[in-house]
Amino acid sequence: MKVGVVVFPGSNCDHDTYHALKHVCGQEARFVWHKDSDLSGLDAVVLPGGFAYGDYLRTGAIARFSPVMRAVTEFAGQGGPVLGICNGFQILQEAGLLAGAMLRNRTVKFLSQPVHVRVERDDTAATAGLPVGSVLTMPIAHGEGNFYLPDDEVDRLEQEGRVVFRYTTRDGRLADEANPNGSLRAIAGICNRERNVVGLMPHPERASEAALGSADGRRIFEALVTSLVRA
Amino acid sequence: MARARVYVTLKKSVFDPQGQTIHDALVSLGYDGVKDVRQGKFFEVELGGLPAEQARQTLEEIARKVLSNPVIESYRVEVEG
Repeated sequence: MKVGVVVFPGSNCDHDTYHALKHVCGQEARFVWHKDSDLSGLDAVVLPGGFAYGDYLRTGAIARFSPVMRAVTEFAGQGGPVLGICNGFQILQEAGLLAGAMLRNRTVKFLSQPVHVRVERDDTAATAGLPVGSVLTMPIAHGEGNFYLPDDEVDRLEQEGRVVFRYTTRDGRLADEANPNGSLRAIAGICNRERNVVGLMPHPERASEAALGSADGRRIFEALVTSLVRA
Repeated sequence: MARARVYVTLKKSVFDPQGQTIHDALVSLGYDGVKDVRQGKFFEVELGGLPAEQARQTLEEIARKVLSNPVIESYRVEVEG
C-alpha cells in the first residue's frame, strides 16, 4: 500500500505519521505538499495533525482551500480511503467531507493527555477488522475538539452508523469524566456515508509503538491496509 | 472603496465555552448582574474596485464561505456607504 501524507504549512504530525506508516507498519509512504494536486499512485491519503495555516481564522478554515484539497475531495469521491487526524479531521469538516464542526473544548483549555476511545464500527477505512467494542488508548492534543452537530443531524449520523469512535473509560463505559472536551455524545471520530473518509481527534501516530506508551494507534494504520485488501 | 464590518457569532443553539468562562470571570469579579456572555469575531474589511452592490455581494460571499462556518456560526455584514 502506498500512502500519501499531506503537508500543510503548520502541519506538525506529518513526520510522525510518515514514520508510523513507513517504519512501524512497513508501508510505502510519501509526503504530498499542499500545493500539489497529484495523488496518482496513492492507495490512501492521510491528513495529519498540526495547525494548518496557523488555524488563525478557525481550525482548518484556510487549509481547505489548498490545491491539494481539491485533489483529496476527488480522491475521496472515487472511493479512495482518507484519514484525517486531529487538525486533519477539522480540515475534512471544513471541506465538507465530514459532518459537524469542532467547538472550543468545554474547559477552554488545550488538552494534551492520553484518552480511551471505543471502536463503534468495523466497516470503515480506518477500523476494518477492528473488533467493535475494543478500546484503544491514544493521546489527544487539541484546543478545539468539542464535536458539535445539530441534534437532528447527529441523530441521522447515529442511525447511519457513522460514529466510529467514542471517548470512554478504559473498560469501554461511557462516562462524562471520560469525555475530555465535551464532545456531543462523546464522539471522537466519524466517517462519511460511503465509509471511506474517517476523521478522529486522538493521534494514532503518537501511540504506534510500545516505547511511546501505547501501540494501539498502529491498529488504525493496519486497518487502513486491511480495508484496501478487502476493497 | 467599500468598507464593511462583518460580525461572526456562534448560533444561539451552540454552547460557547469562551463566553461561559468570561461570564463566570465577570461574576467572580463582582458583576453579579451579568447573566450571559457570548463571544464572537469582528472583522473590518476594505474592498476596492467594485460598485457598491457587487461589493456587498462579494462581502456576503466572503463571510459565508470563509469567515464563518455555517455548522456553528452565523454572520452579519454591514457595508458603509
